[in-house]
Amino acid sequence: MNTAPVPASSHAAKIAWRLATVTSIVAETPHVRKLVLDVPGWPGHRPGQHVDVRLTAEDGYQAQRSYSIASASQDRLALTVERLDDGEVSPYLTDVLTVGDRVELRGPIGGYFVWDVAIGGPLFLVAGGSGIVPLMAMLRHRAAALETADVRARHNVPARLLYSSRRWDDVIYRSELARLAQDDETLEIAFTFTRETPEGWTGFQRRIDRMMLAEVAWPPGERPHIFVCGPTPMVEAAATALVELQHDPALVKTERFGPTGGSA
Amino acid sequence: MNGNDKYASERQSIDESAGEATRLDGNAAAGILSEVFVPDLTTARATCANCGTIRPLGALFVYAHGMGMVMRCPSCDAVVLRIARTRTRLWFDLTGARVVFMATEALAVA
Repeated sequence: MNTAPVPASSHAAKIAWRLATVTSIVAETPHVRKLVLDVPGWPGHRPGQHVDVRLTAEDGYQAQRSYSIASASQDRLALTVERLDDGEVSPYLTDVLTVGDRVELRGPIGGYFVWDVAIGGPLFLVAGGSGIVPLMAMLRHRAAALETADVRARHNVPARLLYSSRRWDDVIYRSELARLAQDDETLEIAFTFTRETPEGWTGFQRRIDRMMLAEVAWPPGERPHIFVCGPTPMVEAAATALVELQHDPALVKTERFGPTGGSA
Repeated sequence: MNGNDKYASERQSIDESAGEATRLDGNAAAGILSEVFVPDLTTARATCANCGTIRPLGALFVYAHGMGMVMRCPSCDAVVLRIARTRTRLWFDLTGARVVFMATEALAVA
């Protein structure tokens, strides 16, 4: 049972491995599961942070992977895991793990790829496939933080998300994103699809490129805080394009997920 | 550089041409760094000993391999930080970083 979490600070005590209990598993898309976890003593986290999950086989073999935290800090800890066909850890987490099982995890980890409303805006998020996960934590935090704020506060931290997926069925958090954008005029979301488009789609239908970013991003003069997350090739292409478009490199933060797919 | 044979075989096992598609960011090193350093080092800034560019560790390129990871300068590709773990030891080689500095509030330990 989680008490109200305190956001983790960079000077917290040394991060230790803990045993987490799975309290629910939700299918977000055909290949993606949300794992909600109960972690005794969880100190809370900042949007964008991740946890390390460690699995130990009966013969003692251990495998460890990092997963971004999907939940906003005031909610129960949730990870969103994409099943990779050749993955060593993800198929276990998405297919084998059941409610009541326990996994070792440590965290929250990472103070570099984080954003909260105190940092300010505009906020520009660029997601490829499962790269949406840490960015969703940012949007969930933003929505909660601004829930009781006045219109001016919302306009102080406007946000835009550019989200690339293979097809509509692969869009994680589909209905929640629609609801967030509908309820908040200061949040704009653009989707692009790289394999199949929904029927009647008139939006983007290609990999994220410089022209698309020029169209969707704020002008560099606005000095938006930019976070790019997804497969390494997509992140590198987007980050390079954003710097070419004259965005300050110090404001472009990236979290590469490695070579695996999910977006293109 | 460490003349240890174990290190040499690790260097050879990193396929640099495939490395670019698989490389990660400095925040991928945050977990293993947290085993030794209590403040989060990914927000600390290092000066590359090779080219002098200053960046937060979170902005370095990370190439992971079986025994740990190598952090490289995005400007000149030099190794800034090397981390390796054996069954009994954790190795940190910081000779590629000339200076690492943090805002003093990050050094306070709860």
